[in-house]
Amino acid sequence: MASTPLTYLNHEHSVASWLLTKDHKRIGVMYLVVVTLAFFLGGLFATLIRLELATPAGDLLSNDDYNKMFTMHGVVMVFFVLIPAVPAILGNFVLPLMLGAKDVAFPKINLLSWYVFVIGFLFTVYAMVTGGVDTGWTFYTPYSSRASNSNVMMTGIGVFITGFSSILTGLNFMVTIHRMRAPGLTWFRLPLFVWAVYATSLVQILGTPVIAITVLALAVERGLHFGIFDAALGGDPVLFQHMFWFYSHPAVYIMILPPMGAISEVIACFSRKSIFGYSFVAFSSLAIAIFGFLVWAHHMFVSGISVYSALVFSFLTYAVAIPSAVKTFNWTATMYKGAIWLKAPMIWAISFLALFLVGGLTGLITAALGVDVHIHDTYFVVAHFHFIMVGGAVMGFFAGLHFWWPKITGRMYSEIWAKVAAIVVLAGFILTFGPQFILGYLGMPRRYHVYPDEFQVLNVLSSAGASILAVGYLIVGIYLMASLFKGKHAGANPWHATGLEWTTQSPPLPHNFEVQPIVTREAYEYSSQEVTVG
Amino acid sequence: MGDAVAVHGGHGDAHAHHHPDLQHHFDTLEQQHEAATLGMWLFLITEVLFFGGLFLAYMLYRVWYPVAWAEASRELDIVLGAFNTAVLIGSSLTMALAVRAAQTGKQRATVVWILLTMTLGFVFLIVKYFEYKEKFEHHHVPGPNFVFEGPEAGPAQIYFSLYFLMTGLHATHMIIGFFIMAVIAWMAHKKRFTPEWYTPVEITGLYWHFVDIVWIFLFPLLYLVDRAGHFA
Amino acid sequence: MVGHISPKSTYYAVFAALMVGTAITVAVAFVNLGSFNFPVAIGIAITKATLVVLFFMHAKYSSKVIKLFVGTAFFFLAILLGMTMTDVLSRGLKTYPGGAGGSGYGERAPRVPGAAPAASTEGQH
Repeated sequence: MASTPLTYLNHEHSVASWLLTKDHKRIGVMYLVVVTLAFFLGGLFATLIRLELATPAGDLLSNDDYNKMFTMHGVVMVFFVLIPAVPAILGNFVLPLMLGAKDVAFPKINLLSWYVFVIGFLFTVYAMVTGGVDTGWTFYTPYSSRASNSNVMMTGIGVFITGFSSILTGLNFMVTIHRMRAPGLTWFRLPLFVWAVYATSLVQILGTPVIAITVLALAVERGLHFGIFDAALGGDPVLFQHMFWFYSHPAVYIMILPPMGAISEVIACFSRKSIFGYSFVAFSSLAIAIFGFLVWAHHMFVSGISVYSALVFSFLTYAVAIPSAVKTFNWTATMYKGAIWLKAPMIWAISFLALFLVGGLTGLITAALGVDVHIHDTYFVVAHFHFIMVGGAVMGFFAGLHFWWPKITGRMYSEIWAKVAAIVVLAGFILTFGPQFILGYLGMPRRYHVYPDEFQVLNVLSSAGASILAVGYLIVGIYLMASLFKGKHAGANPWHATGLEWTTQSPPLPHNFEVQPIVTREAYEYSSQEVTVG
Repeated sequence: MGDAVAVHGGHGDAHAHHHPDLQHHFDTLEQQHEAATLGMWLFLITEVLFFGGLFLAYMLYRVWYPVAWAEASRELDIVLGAFNTAVLIGSSLTMALAVRAAQTGKQRATVVWILLTMTLGFVFLIVKYFEYKEKFEHHHVPGPNFVFEGPEAGPAQIYFSLYFLMTGLHATHMIIGFFIMAVIAWMAHKKRFTPEWYTPVEITGLYWHFVDIVWIFLFPLLYLVDRAGHFA
Repeated sequence: MVGHISPKSTYYAVFAALMVGTAITVAVAFVNLGSFNFPVAIGIAITKATLVVLFFMHAKYSSKVIKLFVGTAFFFLAILLGMTMTDVLSRGLKTYPGGAGGSGYGERAPRVPGAAPAASTEGQH
């Protein structure tokens, strides 16, 4: 048997060596496993939703059960897939490598964050299998605090616990970026993925505690009959919404900023060109993180907040779109006159651009106060946020996953199947969520499973799209798993990409680098002559 | 991608020389100390926002129900509150002196100052216990048994909900602090800290000072709402 | 040597200042300053907290990054409180001439069943 090189995967094999690891790379892989499970669970709920919505009558699920389906779909996808996906999986794996570091600043806390994540997930799954929760993932009072008979407390505990995982990850990343960069790696030589992860960590640190206290207050109100949101005592249910959305709006930037970072890496590599306007893209990440905290009440325009306050929040919501638009322009400008190398990661990235554009523009539509009065709580909003979260964040995650898969596993996946899957997912996605914009402005409300007959055609198209989308995701899962056994060995840098992570072997050594790298170059020094076939 | 980075000599032969407290992924003790301190400050930022949500609720309702807030606040014992404030500030002093002792290599003094800090914190919690007991006896605990005379009973119950949530959360943080300080005191007793490495003492200090700062705000907000003309 | 070592006198001085501040806070609470009672109390609390942060927590001798982080925390807390209050304080303001809504604070609070109605400048519900 030829001697195989030492990698982080093969140097120890026991279960304990995984469950007690402090290696950020193994922790990233362990997050991938749990997040994938969560994705299947959230997808299961989505399947039931779309099956129900194929017919106008509420024939598959009872009213209460349908409420549980969309609630649990939202809770699982938001807290256990979208929030952790890029930071905890790709960020954990790639960040120290990109910085030329041996690990993150606090490896034991990193492992703790995974356990906290798993425990929070288990609490939430337990809540779901023992009766479910039906308040909507937004847990609005007074239904959640007084009226609902479902497992609000247990789900709240699960969310509360999981929030700490997010905080610990963000804390770890921020300290790592501040204090563990390789010699010569100044801030403006950092890959844009690092800027994106930094901005995300800022949001995790500042925002997550507020959802924690909100859930705690809700639990205390529900369990001990304290009265903080109780209108009968003079309390304000809208206060709950303020506290909830103060986190949950910035949360969407936790979900989108890291995929945007991955997109920057992919587009630069597969256009063989430095990202256009590097510092604009870097600062736009920070701007999104900061401005993202100023807009939360745009979720509350029709909840009874003051119209003057609503005007301020509406204006600021337009402002927060600007840095995202800057990024989109810069990515496009990067591709212009680049040497486009159409590998799978790039197809995911281009899909991202198109879908994120639509999602972002429709966000501007919903940001208009007068328009939102009509489309709030309709399928228009549902389509908008799915374009961003699935068309944007999930596509961005897949772009990054396909880009760094060879580094993580040392294997190449089947390029043909990857391209097929990307196209299937794109087509399925557009068919699923495109019709929902129309349904929304025609007036179909969200969270309803009984609807007028005239909406059925669009709903059937959407459900058909969902089945195609599901097939696409399954294909991804299959060829990625297959690559572990049959994939070609990748080598250190199959994409001829810049970045310190590509200077070391694939999969990397347990301690990442043989010798401490020293950086003397700017971030994306691609040359247009370096186009390689296949 | 050979010349994208220059490679420098490895640290293989430095193993024999590195400080036993230096963790392997760090290059120097100073880097490690700065990382730990930065990490604790970031955690404290999350705590500011965590308590912040309750301060938001407090502020909203105080604006809406100034009369209820005043009446309910006057139910609290200002003497005990002021005493507790002094006790906690004292414990911050002893904690700062504990960190200083560790910085200057005085192991025994470190233990003494930490134990003093814990004692003062314990006194605080004893007083708190008596305050809570009195609330129970007067049926000021929110919930089905809440009783409050006058038309402001509803908002007063909101006040007491926030009172218990804010002081309870604060007390929980103190209790967690005790466990941490006990560990640190034990380590100091075992002479683990040196002027080169006393990081755990410093970051424990940061945590404890934060707990003090929360109370610095809770005291006037909860105890001193409208005392003018109403003596004790 | 890793951190800044403050002389004990600094700590004792800060402790004394904190105790004095506490005493002032309590004393002033019994004096009727009208709507100034609250800002004075909070102002003293902020001063005390600043002393603890700068001297007990060594922020004065820490890196710029840490100073930036401390400022950031309170900045975002101010956003949370301030922007929510823009809603709370402006609910019920008139949206058009002759329209419904008042101009004081009291009547914007929901009417509590059985409670005395708060002072209101218009007789509307």
